[in-house]
Amino acid sequence: MSLLHLAIVLPFLAAVFIPFLFKGLRTIHTGWFVLLVPLALFIYFIQYLPLTGGGQTVTKTFQWIPSLGIDFTAHVDGLGLLFALLITGIGTLVVLYSIYYLAKEKEALHNFYVYLLMFMGAMLGVVLSDNLIVLYMFWEFTSISSFLLIGYWYDRERSRYGAQKSMLITVFGGLSMLGGIVLLYLMGGTFSIQELAGMSGTLITDPLFVPALLLILLGAFTKSAQFPFHIWLPDAMEAPTPVSAYLHSATMVKAGIYLVARMSPVFAESGLWLWLVAGFGIFTLFWGSFNAVKKTDLKAILAFSTISQLGLIMSLLGVGAAALHYDYLDENIYMIATIAAVFHLINHATFKGALFMMVGIVDHETGTRDIRKLGGLVTLMPITFTIAIIGSFSMAGIPPFNGFLSKEMFLAAMISIIEVDVFNLNTWGYLFPVLAWVGSVFTFVYSIMLVYKTFLGKAQFEKLPKKPHEAPIGMLISPLILIALVIVFGFFPNLLSNSMIKPAVEAILPALGDAGQEVYVNIYFWHGFTPELFMTLGVVLIGIVLYSTLPKWQGIYNRIPERLTLNGFYDKGLAGSETGGYRLTNGVMSGFMRTYLVYIFSFFVAILLATLFIRGAFLFDTADLAQIEPYEVVLAIVLAASAITILFAKTRLMSFISLGAVGYSIALFFVFFGAPDLALTQLVIETVSVALFLLCFYHLPEISRKEERMGFRFGNALLAVLVGLTVTLLAFSSFSYRSFESISQYHIENVYDLAAGGNMVNVILVDFRGFDTLFEIAVLGVAALGIYAMIRFRAVRSENE
Amino acid sequence: MLDIVVSIALIAVVLSMIGIVYRVIKGPSTADRVIALDSLGISLISVIGLVSILLRTSVFLEVILLLGILAFIGTVAFSKFIEKGEIIQRDRHK
Repeated sequence: MSLLHLAIVLPFLAAVFIPFLFKGLRTIHTGWFVLLVPLALFIYFIQYLPLTGGGQTVTKTFQWIPSLGIDFTAHVDGLGLLFALLITGIGTLVVLYSIYYLAKEKEALHNFYVYLLMFMGAMLGVVLSDNLIVLYMFWEFTSISSFLLIGYWYDRERSRYGAQKSMLITVFGGLSMLGGIVLLYLMGGTFSIQELAGMSGTLITDPLFVPALLLILLGAFTKSAQFPFHIWLPDAMEAPTPVSAYLHSATMVKAGIYLVARMSPVFAESGLWLWLVAGFGIFTLFWGSFNAVKKTDLKAILAFSTISQLGLIMSLLGVGAAALHYDYLDENIYMIATIAAVFHLINHATFKGALFMMVGIVDHETGTRDIRKLGGLVTLMPITFTIAIIGSFSMAGIPPFNGFLSKEMFLAAMISIIEVDVFNLNTWGYLFPVLAWVGSVFTFVYSIMLVYKTFLGKAQFEKLPKKPHEAPIGMLISPLILIALVIVFGFFPNLLSNSMIKPAVEAILPALGDAGQEVYVNIYFWHGFTPELFMTLGVVLIGIVLYSTLPKWQGIYNRIPERLTLNGFYDKGLAGSETGGYRLTNGVMSGFMRTYLVYIFSFFVAILLATLFIRGAFLFDTADLAQIEPYEVVLAIVLAASAITILFAKTRLMSFISLGAVGYSIALFFVFFGAPDLALTQLVIETVSVALFLLCFYHLPEISRKEERMGFRFGNALLAVLVGLTVTLLAFSSFSYRSFESISQYHIENVYDLAAGGNMVNVILVDFRGFDTLFEIAVLGVAALGIYAMIRFRAVRSENE
Repeated sequence: MLDIVVSIALIAVVLSMIGIVYRVIKGPSTADRVIALDSLGISLISVIGLVSILLRTSVFLEVILLLGILAFIGTVAFSKFIEKGEIIQRDRHK
């Protein structure tokens, strides 16, 4: 186990000590101890930057289950490191923020930080694992810890609802992904992503390729809240704000993005991949931004904004796959899409983290997050306002912040997709820039809404539960650092380009790097009067118009009835599956033994008869039959008559007697067929059984003692006939298929020589196969004890009562 | 010759058994049935005896003895059941 592995599991190890620190050192906020973990990890991972910047990667293997090909292989390349730095860096800031956000007296901090550290370790494991099974394990760890964090205030109903919803949806995706992983293993014979990427050319022709692609994408889409799986994210906003900032904007929801980026080398050659990733991404962008405008809760706006921005990154990754179909790199404009995806990924983490923290501050200092109650806070909370305005403008894509740069690149990439001449993109591709532009307009509207409705406009402090004031400095540090990064990345984007973006792009599109060509990343503000610049201008103009006329057209949101929304479908579906399952079990499990017997016999008949005739196994061979004697015929008639009498007897007593007659007839058959021991035993046992039946009859309760004939049901009769027919046919067939000589000759020859006995049946019972006899004795013993216990304990109980 | 005689006897016994079985089924009272069962048992004894002659074997003689005992015990048990409603009385000192 190397230092790298230790770094990945360090959060898990640290989580073990958190409860002790919380109980032991009450005076110090537990968060301070936690803070050291991501900070140390961040510093550790920073050291890898020069390495990956130079195009190198680090792979360390720790054997876990080598016989199954499952090893904990840590692989650090540009993409993994970028995510690791995001996770640890923003993790540090979020922990710092949470120290001031969560009061140490009121909150169960030990729970919170254990979950958070668990999540952090799981997320590091996801982004740094090369083995797909290990990645899946950490993936599910993120789902579970996210579930715990969303349900942190578990006494609130909405929290539990949100936690359950996110759990169901992400675990559904996770399990689909596991299916995809297994299919990949079947195709490639390895769990290693790097090795799978190496054989992508042969994988694409495999019949399992498309199912694997779909399943992996399902995992990525559910985790990254892509349409139509985005519905869990707004409900996850019931989590504490640090959690929303960390999990549901910067890290966990990007696990799906990471997966798509990571699996791009394997799948991206396929046109299906490009269409699905880009198509779902761009629609999610539009849908998320469109829905964000109607929300009145600050965190809900940010949740939909996260959905929309994740769609943006996703669509860029999809469009970036088009780059693989062009060999020349100098003019490969599609590469810009991947660069933009990575760049926007970083940007989004910075500004969205800051915005969530800003919302947390507003919530913390005013007592509400409802924009209908807020307003005019600018003079009271100037620092928070600064954070909000920079973050929002960056999100809206307004210069000079970093969001502007990535949005320009995004629009450029979306325009360029029209020119791609593969996979029908030149006909349907026009949808991409249109949806991108419309989505950007709505993004602009809700970004402006976020700032104006909260901080500007009419002050209405009387509606606020608390008297608003500026947040304590400790709470402001983290968002200020993030906002500083927004500005720094905005003005000096090339700080990132060679150190982080280039190695990440090389990891996403390794085929281009292999061709011996350098990925050239240069982000700059001014690139002339290009179409994307005019699009941005249009976004701003139309956005301002839409925002100022917002009350006039907001009514369209109410046009969609609640039951037709995706949430409605989810709730309906969940309730429907519950009631459906309940109805199904209620219908099938009637509680009556006769119903279950009908099921059992029906399946017996169906399976055996079907097998018998489908396989053509029925055979009736008369060659080996013995001569039928007349007394056997007579006895058979007697037996049949007695058996039929049981069915049609008027009284139960009659049935018992007929049953005895059946037993005695069988004993007589034993006599005819030369089995004296069996005949003896059969007679005695039959007598005892009939006596027992009489005993039961005597103890029947008065009411049910009423003598009546057994009711007739056609279904039962048919089933009984079928069962009899099946068994008869089977008996005929198995008699006709006798393929080996019986081993009884051995017993006949050796019964006296080896066992010194004349009665062969008894010798077999106690000598050749005495083992069975031992356990039949045991069965009788158990039955006797059981009967004794039943009678005895019933008596004791009735005495106690 | 013996076989033919035995076969004729067997057929006769079986015919009588069919008559007895008719009585078992028809009744009309339980006592009729019990008597019929008893004679069925005895007829069974003769069937087994005849079959033993046919099969030229003596291994079924124990079966004959057993049937004799069982028919007796069974009939007594049934009679007691008809008379007292139970076979083995509890607390016979009371």
